[in-house]
Amino acid sequence: MSQALLDPLFRIPFLTGIAFALSLPLLGMYLRLREEWLAALAFAQLAAAGSLAAAIVGLPFQLGAVCAAGLGATAKSVLTRTGNNGYAAMMILGWAVAVLLLANVPVAEHLAHALFDGQLYFTDISHLAAAAGYLLVGGASLAALSRPLLLERMLPGFFAASGRSARVYHVGFDLLAAAGLALSTASIGVMAAFGLVFVPSMVAYRIGPNWKASLALAAGVGSASYVLAFVIALELDQPFGPVLVLILVAVAGIAQALPGGSRRKSG
Amino acid sequence: MNDDNHTLLETIDLQAGYSAPVMNPVSLRIRAGEVIGVRGPNGCGKSTLLYALAGRGTVFAGSVRRRPGVRVAHQHQNPLPLEDVPLSAGELLRLTGASTEGLPGWIAPLLPRRLDRLSGGQLQFLQVWACLRAPIDLVLLDEPTNNVDQAGTECLLAEIKRLRGKVAMLVVSHEPRFIESSSDRILDMQPIGERAG
Repeated sequence: MSQALLDPLFRIPFLTGIAFALSLPLLGMYLRLREEWLAALAFAQLAAAGSLAAAIVGLPFQLGAVCAAGLGATAKSVLTRTGNNGYAAMMILGWAVAVLLLANVPVAEHLAHALFDGQLYFTDISHLAAAAGYLLVGGASLAALSRPLLLERMLPGFFAASGRSARVYHVGFDLLAAAGLALSTASIGVMAAFGLVFVPSMVAYRIGPNWKASLALAAGVGSASYVLAFVIALELDQPFGPVLVLILVAVAGIAQALPGGSRRKSG
Repeated sequence: MNDDNHTLLETIDLQAGYSAPVMNPVSLRIRAGEVIGVRGPNGCGKSTLLYALAGRGTVFAGSVRRRPGVRVAHQHQNPLPLEDVPLSAGELLRLTGASTEGLPGWIAPLLPRRLDRLSGGQLQFLQVWACLRAPIDLVLLDEPTNNVDQAGTECLLAEIKRLRGKVAMLVVSHEPRFIESSSDRILDMQPIGERAG
């Protein structure tokens, strides 16, 4: 095991990242369940734009990230369930705002690089608190939302049939996803956050034997990929975000080669 | 709502549809524990009636009244939207709170298996069971025997008969024997514009 994991200098960044490496794959399982995995990229892009805007006006950039992603989730909820169309619109909106801010406010350039490349090694105790808080609160919220989200996916209209609305569950999950992506984008960058949502859940959907085991598998794949990326990036003096993404892509390729997936029989 | 304490749900001259009505007006009262069969030719609005009772679709005329707090489960005619969701058969039943007691011997060993590894008939059986054995007051069953083999059909029929008097059901089916032997009474529907003679 590398000395990097034991170095006090990197302890806070490591713990911050591992908290997101556990929580984002779980979020990805439910985004994929709703066929809304594009939400991860949309919320991450909005969060990046919000962070830049907040930094320019002198506010904490984590606050800007959460507010921007939260506004996106609220807008989507108000416009009813727009699915990936709504998320695609948010993604290009976030990108456009971020690029315009960069072009017109030079001071934003440094932060923009940090957001898009990932700035894990520069995270401090406030990032760790946000990551740990999200792991605990987000995990508990997902546990509470799990049954209604699964029911609505497998037996659509289950709550409406008894005169109950499922809207509160959908809106609650949208806000939870927005908060998770906003906080993680501010710590590990846009594409690393998206990769942790997208790839571990893809592997789990392909080879997981049931839902409960698939949740554990997704969290395991996410955290193992993260630890490997953290060590390799430090040892080879490389930026963390791209190294994590490369490892996740390799994991995705291996998973695709494994037997699994839908094996529906006829009759 | 009619003052009959046993009435779970009542429709008065209900005409439902999507962009336009697709069924003749239906007046129907469903009492606790009662099994009502619904039959009629394709396109007469049987599934639409179930959708309207489940709070979906558009009501163009008439009304649906339900007793406050009544719990309803709706088994759709469409197959489960599985995609690649790694949910096991046992987990599906636990989601609705359906009991596994009384499951036939040929389906019980499949409970640990992922739903997307089951056959269409096995899936359909589980989907119906998940609604039928949930803690529910009224079950809306839309062609419950689609793709189900003879053994499965007999099992579902026996279960409906066993639950009769405890759980109300509205059963849409094209199988005359199934609908006649499972139902306390039968609602005959005709294509829109035609009335039952």
